[in-house]
Amino acid sequence: MAEPLLEVRDLKVHFPTEDGLVKAVDGVSLSLGQGETLGVVGESGSGKSVTFLSVMGLITKKQARIEGEIIFKGQNLLDLPPEEMRNIRGSGMSMVFQDPMTSLHPYYRVGDQVVEAIRAHQPIPKKEAFAQAVSMLKRVGIPRPEERARQFPHEFSGGMRQRAMIAMALSLNPDLLIADEPTTALDVTVQAQILDLIDRLREEFNASVVIITHDLGVVAEHCDNIMVMYAGRVAEFGDRGDIYHGAHHPYTWGLLQSITRVDQPKTERLRPIKGLPPSLIFVPPGCPFHPRCPYRFAPCDVEIPPLLSPDGKHASACHLPLEDKERIFQEEVEIRA
Amino acid sequence: MTAPDTTASPAPPGHRGQTPLIQLVGVKKYFPITRGILIQRKIGQVHAVDGVDLEVYPGETVGLVGETGCGKSTLARCITRLFDITEGQVFFDGQDITKHNRRHMRPLRREMQMIFQDPYASLNPRKTVGTIIGDPFRVHGTVPRNRIKPEVQQLMELVGLNPEHYNRYPHEFSGGQRQRIGVARSLALRPRLIVCDEPVSALDVSIQAQILNLLEDLQEEFNLTYVFIAHDLSVVKHMSDRVAVMYLGRIVEIAPGDTLYENPKHPYTGALLSAVPIPDPVLAAQKRRIVLEGDVPSPIDPPSGCRFHPRCPNAQFPKCKEDDPRLTPHHPGQVAACHFPLEDRAVIEELAK
Amino acid sequence: MGRYLIRRTLFLILVLFIISALTFVIFLKLPAGDPARRAAGRRATESTIRQVRINLGLDKPWYVQYGRFAKGLIPWPGFFLNEQVYFSYFNNVPVKEQLYSRIPYTAVLALGGAATWLLLGIPIGIVSAIRRRSFVDRAGMVFALFGVSAPVFWLGFLFLFFFWFKFNQWFGWGFPPSGIPTEESLGTAVLKGRFLLPWLVLSFTFAAFYARMVRGNLIETMGEDYIRTARAKGLSERRVIFKHGLRAALTPVVTMFGMDMGYLLGGAIITETVFRIHGLGDYAIRSLFTNDFPAVMGVTIFASFFIVVANLLVDVAYAFLDPRVRYQ
Repeated sequence: MAEPLLEVRDLKVHFPTEDGLVKAVDGVSLSLGQGETLGVVGESGSGKSVTFLSVMGLITKKQARIEGEIIFKGQNLLDLPPEEMRNIRGSGMSMVFQDPMTSLHPYYRVGDQVVEAIRAHQPIPKKEAFAQAVSMLKRVGIPRPEERARQFPHEFSGGMRQRAMIAMALSLNPDLLIADEPTTALDVTVQAQILDLIDRLREEFNASVVIITHDLGVVAEHCDNIMVMYAGRVAEFGDRGDIYHGAHHPYTWGLLQSITRVDQPKTERLRPIKGLPPSLIFVPPGCPFHPRCPYRFAPCDVEIPPLLSPDGKHASACHLPLEDKERIFQEEVEIRA
Repeated sequence: MTAPDTTASPAPPGHRGQTPLIQLVGVKKYFPITRGILIQRKIGQVHAVDGVDLEVYPGETVGLVGETGCGKSTLARCITRLFDITEGQVFFDGQDITKHNRRHMRPLRREMQMIFQDPYASLNPRKTVGTIIGDPFRVHGTVPRNRIKPEVQQLMELVGLNPEHYNRYPHEFSGGQRQRIGVARSLALRPRLIVCDEPVSALDVSIQAQILNLLEDLQEEFNLTYVFIAHDLSVVKHMSDRVAVMYLGRIVEIAPGDTLYENPKHPYTGALLSAVPIPDPVLAAQKRRIVLEGDVPSPIDPPSGCRFHPRCPNAQFPKCKEDDPRLTPHHPGQVAACHFPLEDRAVIEELAK
Repeated sequence: MGRYLIRRTLFLILVLFIISALTFVIFLKLPAGDPARRAAGRRATESTIRQVRINLGLDKPWYVQYGRFAKGLIPWPGFFLNEQVYFSYFNNVPVKEQLYSRIPYTAVLALGGAATWLLLGIPIGIVSAIRRRSFVDRAGMVFALFGVSAPVFWLGFLFLFFFWFKFNQWFGWGFPPSGIPTEESLGTAVLKGRFLLPWLVLSFTFAAFYARMVRGNLIETMGEDYIRTARAKGLSERRVIFKHGLRAALTPVVTMFGMDMGYLLGGAIITETVFRIHGLGDYAIRSLFTNDFPAVMGVTIFASFFIVVANLLVDVAYAFLDPRVRYQ
């Protein structure tokens, strides 16, 4: 089996604050192969963004206590000096963020911002870089790219701005593209366009893509593998079929039962997860989900459930025995066809 | 003046013969754009709402869905008369309230309320929760002073808040709880109509479900009528009996939720539906994609003829460019404004049984 | 842009009218003695005084008097502060002459002070923002608090006491006290260092203010999303701070600077008085104390003119700096 492109081993990111130690990420492990897409699903406070900001080196040991390993193309990024990390950031791996309105600098022309990204890693003359920038803008589907490159961000619509961000992120042909809620701030038809664009470019560039989102629909349609996070830990990991047609974690069940779906009639009542997400300072002992879990039993408030996988692929962090997990899914969660 | 007899779309089953609680006839709301040196001249208008006919019957939930710039939030504010409308008429329970000034609207404010999107911005941070929920009583004088606190606490319990938190401030609550406060506030005067403008968009998924269930329960208990606005089609469809799809200030299709999903007639509806991601890989793979090009045009200068023609994959010229289609009936309860509507089952092959 | 400029110029004239009218009304109501008597001199006879009154137009009704002043508002050669009306009661010289001869002193004070405070304040602000809570940050903010709170006249005398008087006592040499002798030209005065103490005093307050402002703006800018994007592109931290953060953070500072310069060109009254520099501020004080009405009107209008023009230039500059503003 080929070596994975990115491997995260037991990553912990703790922020010391006045109120206490915020355990934003508390033991996350994952593995991503070349050309794969990974969907990272979780609500606010799950640690999904912090995990990948740490992978990118945008959260450093100066701001937080970081433990564990982040292995990218064989190198542990946490051991690298900042200079070398900077070389990787933007060219080996790049990131696209949620709000395209504020993610581009309002004072500089869009083309110049793409040029800046290129020239930060390749010492080529400005003219050449600008031509590259224009061709990238064209590849992401921006019409009249030469004209648009000379415009300012506020002259672009939301969808176009996000395309420009993607162009900037892909301009150096990275192996890994991380998209943090790339479509949350966009209209649904624009969202579909952008996600299709990411799919297409992934193939063209042969890159691996991580999509971080709270939208279970998005990952169902665009991701091969899915990781569900809760309170800074991985609750479940599996491929599309595993998660949607055979999930093994009560939190995943809860999510599946509480989301609205276009294909469901109105009479189907939502079944929300009781309670509120936990504080990351005072994380519940044992399994962090146990206060809200309708299936909790003896070990749940004492022992942290390890992320185990009976078949080597589909893993869940829950004490329930496998037969129970399968039974509960079939009886209670599976959408009645 | 009384409401007209003819309605834009046929009354839904179960409501035949009823007077609609809200009736909009040809409602337009334009915002002027001005320029000038010392004196501002009007050089254009934003056609936020550009000719809407809609009826909302007692007890039902009508959903309004559309993307940025479609005018749904503006329309919501026209329904509750938070705006003066530029043209057209608004009827509440048969009564023409189009020209009502503030004084005349006051007693009606008890009957219609709004819940807003941002639970962080729509509550006054300097007031306690008890004061916020109790203010409607004070303003309208419906409850004697000494009875306000117990009434408020009752409301708090009703929406799932701890009545002992009466004296807390908004910042001490989570987003979902703040939204519950907003709901409690809107219920205080036992209105008949509540317009919900994106009430769950800013909330996490698991909290969204709690609030949506709460809204449904309250509707049953208090026989409320809802106008439910959201950009998320799955949320709107879940909450609504009928869904109206808006584009550039007009309603392009109205249909019962299931009909809309199975047999959308307007290509824009089809595009919206096909764009909504379905959290089920098998069903998602069966979806037929209707992809739109480009971005939503500006409501300042809407396209001629059918407003959707520049982006419509079905458009045929010259008809679509010259002729503005009217809402015509299709399946029972469904109307759509399109010269070349979609075939049945255009987006979804299999029905979700 | 052209339309915008026309509008602003009209406002300029309007503002000058309002200011001159208010000044006029204040003077009308001031029980400060008969200006004609003062203008006529000490040993004038009653008839002389009466004649002077007629000459100066003081016997005419108030609206006529104002009308004559108003003609001098139009910022056009031949009209602006014309000599017929704006003629000092006190010195018997045209106000305009006096103003023009004093402007260089004020300008040197203002420009030198500005250079000093920018060189002092902006770097402190930047370092404080980048190294928050470090020693430099805390020291910088203490300095800022001091500078903002210390009254200029107090600071001025303090500086004179130490750097001139005490230094002379201790070292036999002190910074020149800066009252500029009449035979010295402005150039010589600058070279002799007579402006050093006034520049320092003037800049102290402004540097403090600018340090705080730059610090606050930069901290805010560095928290923006586009900074995160810049870092994600792999740019060096220096480039992120200067090209992305500072560029946005300094824009409000530029506008502030424009307005401060406009204000100072109208005369830094206290500094000029403490250090005996014969600039516009000094002139304003003197005219007030001697009830020299045309002089007061003249210097007020002159100063207002600078401020309004500075505001206009600042707005134009802002449009250059922030592309979002251009497309109104």
